Amino acid sequence: MSRRTRWNRAAFAVVMGGALATGCGAPGGDAPQPEATGASLSAAPTCGTEPVTLNAYIETGFPLPKELSTEFSKQYPNVKWNIREDQFAVITQNAPRVLADDPPDLMRLPQVSELVKNNLLKNLDGYAKAFGWDSWPASQLEQMRMAPGGKTRGEGSLYAMGLNFSMTGVFYNKKLAEKIGMSSPPATLAELDDAMAKAKSAGITPIAQFNGGATGGLAFPLQDLMAAYGPPGPINDWIYQKPGATIDTPANLQATRHLEKWIKAGYFWKDVNAVDYATMMSRFIKGDGLFMFNGDWESGNLDKQMPGEVGFFLMPPAQQGGKQAAMSAPLTFGISSRAKNADCAAFFLNWVATDPKAREIGVKVGGSHPMGPADAPMPEVAEDTVTASTLAAGAKIAEDNGAMDFIANATGAIYAKSWTPQLQKLVAGQQTPEELLKSVQSDYVSQVKGS
Amino acid sequence: MTRPTPDSAVASSATGPGPAAVTGKRSPARAAGLRTPRWVGWLFVAPALAVYAVFVLRPIALTVQYSMYRWDGIGPSTWAGLDNYVEVFTDPDLFASILNAVKLIVFFSAIPVVLGLAIASTIRRIATSRLALVARTVLFLPQVIPLVAAGIAWSWLLSSTGLVNQLLTYVGLGGVARAWLGDFSTALPAVGVIGAWVLLGLCTILLLSGMSKIDPALYEAARMDGAGPLREFVSITVPSLRQEIGVCVTVTVIAALASFDIVYVSTQGGPGNATMVPGLEIYYLAFSERQVGMASALAVVLMALVILVALPIQWLTKDRTS
Repeated sequence: MSRRTRWNRAAFAVVMGGALATGCGAPGGDAPQPEATGASLSAAPTCGTEPVTLNAYIETGFPLPKELSTEFSKQYPNVKWNIREDQFAVITQNAPRVLADDPPDLMRLPQVSELVKNNLLKNLDGYAKAFGWDSWPASQLEQMRMAPGGKTRGEGSLYAMGLNFSMTGVFYNKKLAEKIGMSSPPATLAELDDAMAKAKSAGITPIAQFNGGATGGLAFPLQDLMAAYGPPGPINDWIYQKPGATIDTPANLQATRHLEKWIKAGYFWKDVNAVDYATMMSRFIKGDGLFMFNGDWESGNLDKQMPGEVGFFLMPPAQQGGKQAAMSAPLTFGISSRAKNADCAAFFLNWVATDPKAREIGVKVGGSHPMGPADAPMPEVAEDTVTASTLAAGAKIAEDNGAMDFIANATGAIYAKSWTPQLQKLVAGQQTPEELLKSVQSDYVSQVKGS
Repeated sequence: MTRPTPDSAVASSATGPGPAAVTGKRSPARAAGLRTPRWVGWLFVAPALAVYAVFVLRPIALTVQYSMYRWDGIGPSTWAGLDNYVEVFTDPDLFASILNAVKLIVFFSAIPVVLGLAIASTIRRIATSRLALVARTVLFLPQVIPLVAAGIAWSWLLSSTGLVNQLLTYVGLGGVARAWLGDFSTALPAVGVIGAWVLLGLCTILLLSGMSKIDPALYEAARMDGAGPLREFVSITVPSLRQEIGVCVTVTVIAALASFDIVYVSTQGGPGNATMVPGLEIYYLAFSERQVGMASALAVVLMALVILVALPIQWLTKDRTS
């Protein structure tokens, strides 16, 4: 092949590639235009009487949305469903593109800030007013509010709704607790420490937790410890990206040091850096591990797999009788700003929170506290179940105003790129508590600035 | 190129039937067609070229374009020039991921090629026995298994209660047993072992087929000159396999630098970024951090790196005799 033809070819490739790439100019800009903020409605919307098909995009492996949709169609036969399912990780990655290109009426959502910034979600203020959602306990909806400009979360207009809200805390194996003489849940952090020490010397792994792969599960005990040492307010400010917020506070440093103490004392499995969530669950159910820092989405499952053998308590405060806090988040669903049946979708969301049958499904199937007014009727739950204790914990958190979002939700990348590697390093003894918080804070600052 | 030109085809039509022989005489239209062979040639290539342009060239061009913007994948973008590239080389995390990929070359390339050579020459020696067939099949099997399945299977084998640790404990080495993929010092080598296992079969089969075309007379002559098996291997087998080794090294080095599936399934880059590789970093940047520009810049750098490494290998192993 001559040199000339070779150059001809190269030139051709460049020209062709260039021709195909250009003509579209700078990338992006196909996001919807901002809509007038939450237009007020004269009356609460309904699904009407004409046949409607609601397009929903939900998380696979969790039966709650499907059961709710079936019951809804029973009560409103003109509504049919077209449901698409994916794993949550897939939904998280695809959320912006799906909302822009193939807008569903209802969609399971990750953290909303990036979606609001690109005008992909419908502003629900109008619906909130029409249905009276704004008279519910404010903490239920706080995490789904965004201030104008899409920077700070936790205040401003409402952009999503929950099907219920989950509660986290500490599960414990009652049989193992009996063995070490723990007759009631620890009331202070010191008592919790004491129980762990007893378990360790009895040859029982004190804490069942996961910390492998890209999901650093030690963030659960860490945030619980943060809430034991300090008030939840500053932690929420940090998660909501309020200007000037920092995670590197003296209280959080105490918490991180406490976690390091647990690690050094050998309270976690030796291979915790290789344990994923599913492995943790199966080991705990098999009876390996006294405590497990997790959420009430497992209470139904644990009631079924270990009936009567599992208890639940909120993270105890540092001082006896102190206020308690817990990570608590709504099972977030949003309506695309381009949705065809937005009114019907909003009506469904309101129905989930207010219809007695729907609330019952929410508790029995979802295992978590339903959304809705504080005085709404609660479904009956058998008393000795984990579900009963997680629901009771929800009431205590509401009383103490102790609901926190998860520190992993502060930015889109903070969990996989900061908390997880840093906590894995802490386990391996390659990171100090001081440097851990500094490093997460500096990642946070650059991510908030970059977004 | 020895393909007959249209003119020589016409000339040869006297001795055999050819397309030109049917008409016998050149029509004016055909003569005109003959004068524009390049145009006709492009027509034949066009379908393949179009597919190549749309699915290979266009994405590459777009990636290069995106790499110069700051863009979240949806909203408006802003021009960033070469800022993203500067960041790729100055951010210690991104640079460390490139370093990890280079370390993986040892496992993905060196082990399969060296071990593959040894295995292939052993199999060749027992070529007639049934054992050779079994060995070939067993070794090639990992190539047939999807990488994701291989990753899952290996993460079971390497888990703290997995087969590897059970065997170690059984032979009295319980002290070294650990969660291989969850330990900072062993995670990257463990991922490397999975890659070596996958690529060993490919290299063995490639080298084996290369060996089959070596003239047996060469070995005979060497043996007459008193060469032992080792001498034969060094003086005849290896030099004759220059091109096959070149292909093996190229393919495996690219697999190491562009690794994604095995790492994603077995460690997801953990623990603490110990197994982070550029392929995974690009994915995280684009889909979790939503920094499409930065992800594209890293992708372009990775592409350049692969070319930079692959070209010298090609040049070194080129058969200069032909």
